Amino acid sequence: MPPRRDSARLPAPAGPAVDPPHRAVLSAPARRLSRRARARRRWATIALFLAPALALYLLLVVAPVVQAIYYSGFAWSGLGSLDNFVGLENFKRAFADEVFVGALRHNAIIIVLSLFVQLPFALATAMIVNARVRGRALLRVLFFAPFVLSEVVTGVIWTLMLQPGGLADAVMPVDRQWLADPGIVLYTLFVVISWKYFGFHMILYLTGLQQIPRELEEAAEIDGATKWQVFRHVTLPLLGPTIRISSFLSIIGAIQLFDLVWVMTGGGPVNASNTMAVYMIDRSFQRFQFGYASAVAVIMLVISLAIALFYQRFVLRRDLDGALTSMGAR
Amino acid sequence: MLGLIVAAALVAVGCGSDDDGGGEAASNGGPVTIEWWHIANNEPLKSVWQDAADQYTADHPNVDIKITVLENEAFKTKLTTTMQAGKVPDVFHSWGGGTLAEQAQASLVQDVTEPTQDWIGDLNEAAVGLYQVDGKQYGVPYSLGMVGVWYNTALFEKAGIDEPPATWDEFLAAVEKLEAAGITPIALGEKDKWPGMFWWANLSLRIAGGDAMQQAGEDGSFDSEGFVKAGDELKRLIDMQPFQEGFLAAPWDGSGGEAATMGNGRAAMDLMGQWAPSTFAANAKDEKPPELGWFPFPTVDGGAGSAGEQFGGGDGFAIGKDAPAEAVDFVKFLVTSDVANKAGASGAVLPVLKGSESSVEDPNMQAVLDTRAEASYVQLYLDQAYAPAVGAAVNDAVQGLFAGKSTPEEVSKSIADAAAAG
Repeated sequence: MPPRRDSARLPAPAGPAVDPPHRAVLSAPARRLSRRARARRRWATIALFLAPALALYLLLVVAPVVQAIYYSGFAWSGLGSLDNFVGLENFKRAFADEVFVGALRHNAIIIVLSLFVQLPFALATAMIVNARVRGRALLRVLFFAPFVLSEVVTGVIWTLMLQPGGLADAVMPVDRQWLADPGIVLYTLFVVISWKYFGFHMILYLTGLQQIPRELEEAAEIDGATKWQVFRHVTLPLLGPTIRISSFLSIIGAIQLFDLVWVMTGGGPVNASNTMAVYMIDRSFQRFQFGYASAVAVIMLVISLAIALFYQRFVLRRDLDGALTSMGAR
Repeated sequence: MLGLIVAAALVAVGCGSDDDGGGEAASNGGPVTIEWWHIANNEPLKSVWQDAADQYTADHPNVDIKITVLENEAFKTKLTTTMQAGKVPDVFHSWGGGTLAEQAQASLVQDVTEPTQDWIGDLNEAAVGLYQVDGKQYGVPYSLGMVGVWYNTALFEKAGIDEPPATWDEFLAAVEKLEAAGITPIALGEKDKWPGMFWWANLSLRIAGGDAMQQAGEDGSFDSEGFVKAGDELKRLIDMQPFQEGFLAAPWDGSGGEAATMGNGRAAMDLMGQWAPSTFAANAKDEKPPELGWFPFPTVDGGAGSAGEQFGGGDGFAIGKDAPAEAVDFVKFLVTSDVANKAGASGAVLPVLKGSESSVEDPNMQAVLDTRAEASYVQLYLDQAYAPAVGAAVNDAVQGLFAGKSTPEEVSKSIADAAAAG
């Protein structure tokens, strides 16, 4: 909301009975009108700029969400009319299907691994390329490069490397079926996901690190803090806002995980690398259970939304209204 | 936000219910447009179709043919979304079976029984039957292919196998011989699931028989004894570990896949349809892919299915609900004129026009055609014959067997459950 600027706040207009002291008072009503006109024009401008985005948002985000919620109540093949209303049956069926529950678990595993393995690794590399090491500009580019590739290209490259007799077998000390073994395929995929995305989080951390005033760390060092203590009690708290944002992006990305899995394994073998998004596409466009797949989409939406709202309310709130340095002072 | 994108696709489809009225039965010589979607996105068939369309429009100046060429999977997705909007191309590719039946039920395709009755008898009956629903003709075939075992003749010779195996026991013995000779017996791309399903389906056809497979399609009795026994036999094969390393992650087509394994001579056998040799060649590193032979799926002693029952499927065209009468005439031209011979000679098609079989030159394809001529029953590919969800359940369940994660009983039961759920 823009601040209100209505007539009530303005001095009362000078009536004609009052002797006009000078011309400015005479022109007051005219100025008030022009302010109104300006306010109107400002609203018109806002509406003009907002309308296209709002229309697109309603058409491409809100309407499909509403429609997916509607479809999720039907057993519907995608062809013909919606006449078989089943209530919440689709949702019950999803949670009774061990393949879907397995997919949900795989998403959760990827979230946990991302938060506790991928992000710390990204932070470590950020510390390295932030230090005065030789060739750090080159290292930054190298670490960031995978993020620029599309997921499909990444998937194809890694599939080639992970094939039996591929590069992975030549380089790794153990000979495993990286994508064909249901017991390890999910972790293989996690490595590929990390390879693609750690550079992005590294860049986030790098900008965070560069905003930390050097004096704070120096002061701690002068006070006799060890390197670890400086990191633990100065650097890490000051990086808080960046870490919270990067964790959030990582969680949401893990929930929506699709492209890489679809290209590399299709969710297999025997659903060992299935995710909710892969499951949804399979049930809709391969099995033509669009009503059921809509229910899965709604479940994904609810999970994402719940996490997003919770995160904003309890984790990001401090960042949203706090200054950077107040975090460290606390 | 993938969920949103998919949902957006659904709503976009739901919105577009306007009709372009492409060609409302204007068949009295006035100008008409035929919208034609086909999936021959590779040469040589692509040119054969293009030439046919050019010739037809030259002979019928009032007809304009708008061709959309789509890759297999893209075609399925695009057709589904277009149909959800109530729009249907005038002439489009169809594999017949369950999918066509669903389209017929939703009145998206025309009943062409009457306009085709004069000439449909010129085509192979088994192929024509795949396009019938409740005795009515909803489409016209142009090709009928068959799944059998393609083998590398040099590797067979090296392992000392003189005759292609005719029975399942001989087949398993051949697998043993190949293994003893240090040769990978079978190439498989189980990432795609359907190549493994071919093994289960063929064994089911031999052991449970065609009648049982049809029956199961109707009442979901996939848990009957024949299917479980087919699973047992497949498990016997799987336990011999005859497949190339990492087959669970290998696709059919593409790097490190089933076709590449065969095309580069790294496995001796492959259970696949008539399209296999060209895909082997496309995936071969050398200019010259290995010499191939073909034999039909071996018979199983004591099984209910006869040697004449084959597993395969057709390619054909269905006529959209709003198509003009010229569309049927155009399809007639495609399947009954010299176009059929050209398609056959191109090597991409096993034509169904009686008499056009001789246009096929490749000796292996001729072997396939000979088997087809003697076939008493053709079991359509399961993902086409059954409802899509049941077909997918078969693929999933059988993959579990290949991965050693489920027993033959569990495979049968999970397919039966999926069929019962509808």
